[in-house]
Amino acid sequence: MGRYVIRRMLQMIPVFIGSTFLIFFMVYALGDPVAALFGDKAPDPATAARIRKDLYLDAPLWKQYLHYMRQILTGNFGTAFNGQEVTELMADAFPVTLRLTLVAILFEIVVGITLGLLSGLRRGRSLDTSVLLITLVVVSIPTFVSGYVLQYLLGVKWSVVSPSVSPAAPFAELLLPGVVLALTSLAYVTRLTRTSIAENSRADYLRTAVAKGLPRHRVVTRHLLRNSLIPVVTFIGTDIGALMGGAIVTERIFNIHGVGYQLYQGILRQNSPTVVGFVTILVIVFLVANLLVDLLYAVLDPRIRYA
Amino acid sequence: MPGPMPGRMRGTAALVACATGVALPALAGCGGGGAGNTAGVVRASWGDPQGPLEPANTNEVQGGKVLSMIFRGLKQYDPRTGEAQNMLAEKIDSADQQTFTITVKDGWMFSNGEKVTAKSFVDAWNYAARVENKQKNASFFQDIQGYDKVHPASGSASAKTMSGLVVKDERTFTVTLRTQFSTWPDTLGYAAYAPLPRAFFDDHANWIKKPVGNGPYMIDSYAKGSAMRLSRWDGYPGDDKAKNAGVELRVYTDNNTAYTDLQAGNLDIVDDIPSAQLKNVKNDLGDRYLNQPAGIIQTLVFPMYDANWSRPGKEKVRRGLSMAVNRDEITQQIYQKTRTPATDWTSPVLGEKGGYKAGLCGDACTYDPGRARKLIEEGGGLPGGKVTITSNVDTGSHRVWMDAVCNSINNALGNDKACTVSPVGTFADFRNQVSDQRMTSMFRSGWQMDYPLVQNFLQPLYYTGASSNYGKFSDAQFDRLVDEANAESDTEKAVGKFQDAEKILADQMPAIPLWYQNGSAGYSENIGGVELNPFSVPVYERITVK
Repeated sequence: MGRYVIRRMLQMIPVFIGSTFLIFFMVYALGDPVAALFGDKAPDPATAARIRKDLYLDAPLWKQYLHYMRQILTGNFGTAFNGQEVTELMADAFPVTLRLTLVAILFEIVVGITLGLLSGLRRGRSLDTSVLLITLVVVSIPTFVSGYVLQYLLGVKWSVVSPSVSPAAPFAELLLPGVVLALTSLAYVTRLTRTSIAENSRADYLRTAVAKGLPRHRVVTRHLLRNSLIPVVTFIGTDIGALMGGAIVTERIFNIHGVGYQLYQGILRQNSPTVVGFVTILVIVFLVANLLVDLLYAVLDPRIRYA
Repeated sequence: MPGPMPGRMRGTAALVACATGVALPALAGCGGGGAGNTAGVVRASWGDPQGPLEPANTNEVQGGKVLSMIFRGLKQYDPRTGEAQNMLAEKIDSADQQTFTITVKDGWMFSNGEKVTAKSFVDAWNYAARVENKQKNASFFQDIQGYDKVHPASGSASAKTMSGLVVKDERTFTVTLRTQFSTWPDTLGYAAYAPLPRAFFDDHANWIKKPVGNGPYMIDSYAKGSAMRLSRWDGYPGDDKAKNAGVELRVYTDNNTAYTDLQAGNLDIVDDIPSAQLKNVKNDLGDRYLNQPAGIIQTLVFPMYDANWSRPGKEKVRRGLSMAVNRDEITQQIYQKTRTPATDWTSPVLGEKGGYKAGLCGDACTYDPGRARKLIEEGGGLPGGKVTITSNVDTGSHRVWMDAVCNSINNALGNDKACTVSPVGTFADFRNQVSDQRMTSMFRSGWQMDYPLVQNFLQPLYYTGASSNYGKFSDAQFDRLVDEANAESDTEKAVGKFQDAEKILADQMPAIPLWYQNGSAGYSENIGGVELNPFSVPVYERITVK
């Protein structure tokens, strides 16, 4: 187990270097950001040259990348154009997005798995068909539609919640955005659980468990659900990374100043330290989440062992 | 620098910003903004300013909003007429339109108690001009004598101060310009010319965290990227004291969300109505919706550095293309009248007296497909048989009007392939292509005035070699008329000369004027007295809270 984890950690190093270089290269390919700092006015050449030199933009790409990596290894993620340290931006943004992701994931797990379990157990009945139908509708609605509609209905029309989230972004204000963010994945989790449950309910070990005379709730939770959760856990694991980085739309709609907001600003202003820094952290989140999922398999299914 | 305190959240950051403010010799402390709805405070939408809030380094509207609240310069533009009026200047005299003697009014202070003197201005301007300070508005000081010494085109500066700036006594200083420029004093309302307190130079890092100025408001707290709280400065010596207790600026990434917040009563004023809501805004807000001209004009510039466009006779093609654009229909259909068809190269905010002249462009800006086709044929047709319109499309819904203009040209010429759109992904990329003179056909140019002067709409854009003359238009007579206008001490005569110069643009058509852009804003029932100034920024100090 320990050796497996170490091996996986070592595998992360090339992935980390490769992904940072790719992102760095792509932001670089967008062109020189300095001219845009001057708006519709022609940049003053002397001032622009000074700014370029400060940002290390006058060096060739490979030198810029080495310079950037050397900085990163000493814990310096560079600065955004407004003079803020990127680490400072991260300290502001990641806790907010983490809270949002947490709300979304919890919602997915609780509602998604419950719905999936219920409809899986009642396969072919009216509950099952309506859950299937509803999830189909939910999957086909893009986030920006559900986001704006729910925001308008709950925020303006019925005044139940505030349409936007305050800078502090406490959990209570993140409920609606979290639900919006979770909706699509929620539908997937429901359908995945349902199929898995339906399949496993005909398995031999389940018949054995029933024949042993175990109480029904024990059969369902200990034997059926636990074994059916493996594909669901895989999905949720990768979803954590996707939700943290892919919340750009939801964060814009509800004015949440999280990771998506900072990434969007960084891309718009072509500030490579911001974009590369945030994406680097997201890459690490992805890798760690995947590792955790793999380790969780062993917990859910004792037959799986890591050497 | 490795962040020594990771994991700090927003609330704490705001507190810390407050604490450093107390460490400065501030008169009023950090009592102000606490909870969300403080009584008498205006909650306004904001965008994250691109850079630090130094006056000479801020060239966009969002940072400009803050500067308009915490700074007052020698002149101030009247929000309604755009006229430059004395603010801190007691008088500005000149015998030769080149050397100006400026007297600063007595009794003005910065909000930290420091007196505003002649030196506050001279130090600030020298700082702004010096090349090593990398101020984005440095070129505003290029007219002052000695600028080339502190801001050489290459290499390092050979002087620390501009020889054209001399402090005479505590309240007087003289400014010597390189050339005559009669309306120069009227440019001094621009934020880059604001005075700066010693704290700016002595403790720059802390000043940046919480700027201190001499305007009607003081900054209470500034959490970068999310919000700024300002409160009224009760000791403000000017006549334009704030009529509300303070302003809370909230950063919105999406103007749709700001609009929704306004509808929900969570926000008092938005100054950017999303284009998707333009159809509903009158129903939603009634008379709480403002739509008025701002000092912005959109044009299509021809690359005059390309012989295909600058050859004699091609002015007919350029004029013809201008006639092929149905400005009325496009501004009506796409912009719901938040743009006004342009008939000259300035802006209605200047007023008749200031040099705006409706219809100066004449026939050349009137839609006439028949004559357009004829003129283009007489001029030898479109170069290569077609034109393209190039612009960035990441912001400002440019793609929509570009398509519309192209359609209008195609319809007029009866040729579906005459005009095509050439979109560029990002603003920075577009900017670089334009600066590198890589354009081969028409490209977009939006101009937001720096100060409400007709000079600002003409000289920087069309004078030979001027900083923002992207099409490299050059006309000796135009240059001569602008020089004469600048040397003219009588404003009315100067404006006349500028308009004569503008008529050359109508003949030569180096840039097609498309439309004047309006500023729009909506506000809640909670507040009143809302006005937009000619820069389409709300006049925050005049807003009253019910």
